[in-house]
Amino acid sequence: MHLLLKIFIAFFKIGLFTFGGGHAMVPLIQKEVVDGKGWIDEEDFVDILALAQTAPGPVAANTSVFVGYRLVGISGAIWALLGAVLPSFIVILVVAMFFTKVANSPVVGAIFSGIRPAVVALVASAAITIGKTAIRDFKGAAICVAAFIAVAILDVHPIFIIIGSGVIGYIFFKDDEIQKLNNKINEQ
Amino acid sequence: MTGILFKLLFTFAKIGLFTFGGGYAMIPLIEKEIIQANKWLSMNEFVDIIAIAEVTPGPVAVNSATYVGYKMAGTLGAAFATTGVILPSFLIVISLASLFLKYKDTPSIKAVSKGLRAAVTAMIASAALSTAKASVIDLKTIIIIGLIVFGIFKMKIHPIICIFLAGILGIALWVLSGATA
Repeated sequence: MHLLLKIFIAFFKIGLFTFGGGHAMVPLIQKEVVDGKGWIDEEDFVDILALAQTAPGPVAANTSVFVGYRLVGISGAIWALLGAVLPSFIVILVVAMFFTKVANSPVVGAIFSGIRPAVVALVASAAITIGKTAIRDFKGAAICVAAFIAVAILDVHPIFIIIGSGVIGYIFFKDDEIQKLNNKINEQ
Repeated sequence: MTGILFKLLFTFAKIGLFTFGGGYAMIPLIEKEIIQANKWLSMNEFVDIIAIAEVTPGPVAVNSATYVGYKMAGTLGAAFATTGVILPSFLIVISLASLFLKYKDTPSIKAVSKGLRAAVTAMIASAALSTAKASVIDLKTIIIIGLIVFGIFKMKIHPIICIFLAGILGIALWVLSGATA
């Protein structure tokens, strides 16, 4: 099968089963794109998540564009985005045409009473697997704790968290990275 | 007809361009543009859309755009409004991605990435916490969380299967037990 079609199908699946928006998509993308297909490694995936939050618009759509672009360039980005958005487009169209009252049905209500706590478990599991990749030392752990306090307790807007953690990362890790690069050059 | 299509495109492009953080961050802006400025929807219809967005897949912003577009100008209107809401982020993400891929192996960007990765972990953990606050309200929801955590970590069940199972559990626990959700 053509890679573009595979990308489209993968993101269609992701788009179809993402309820609750934004971060609910993370575990699904991770499963499909990182674990399942090995298209992107875990570190690149976490970078993509970070950058997807610095751009405006839905985080889920941004992530799909980034993953598609990383794999095939512009055409990959277009197919990934189409795949991610088409399921909700079709569902909303059908709902708008036929059943505006679907949200009030008791069965639908019960299904989503079940799905909502499951999403919590899924998102928490994504945080754990991402943490294993993202946090390698004490400095990383300190940034993580500080960012958690800022976002969960102080209610700081995500964009400032991203900018702040980037600046702190630069200060904390720049010398290490230059050292690593020099070692590599010396080895060669 | 063309007039309303482009108006939908531009209005939703504006909404897409000026909302960061996604999801519910978009609601105040949608409210201002769609209900107050253009009067495309009443407040009641908007509340209905949010309820529908909660029980359908996809981002709230995309769902609202599709719904409003359809209501104003049919399927074509839905297509224009949905394109509008995702177009600005598409262009911005493409630019960010090409810059990032070009410089990602430099020591400076590697250092910045390490900081970002740690923060993203925190942001996702915080998302789990805030969804937990809204949805873990009684014994039934705690049972579901426990089962799904077991399913993910011990049995390695695919997230999509988990969503299905949780929906079935929802029916079992809320409908069949006779209580209303």
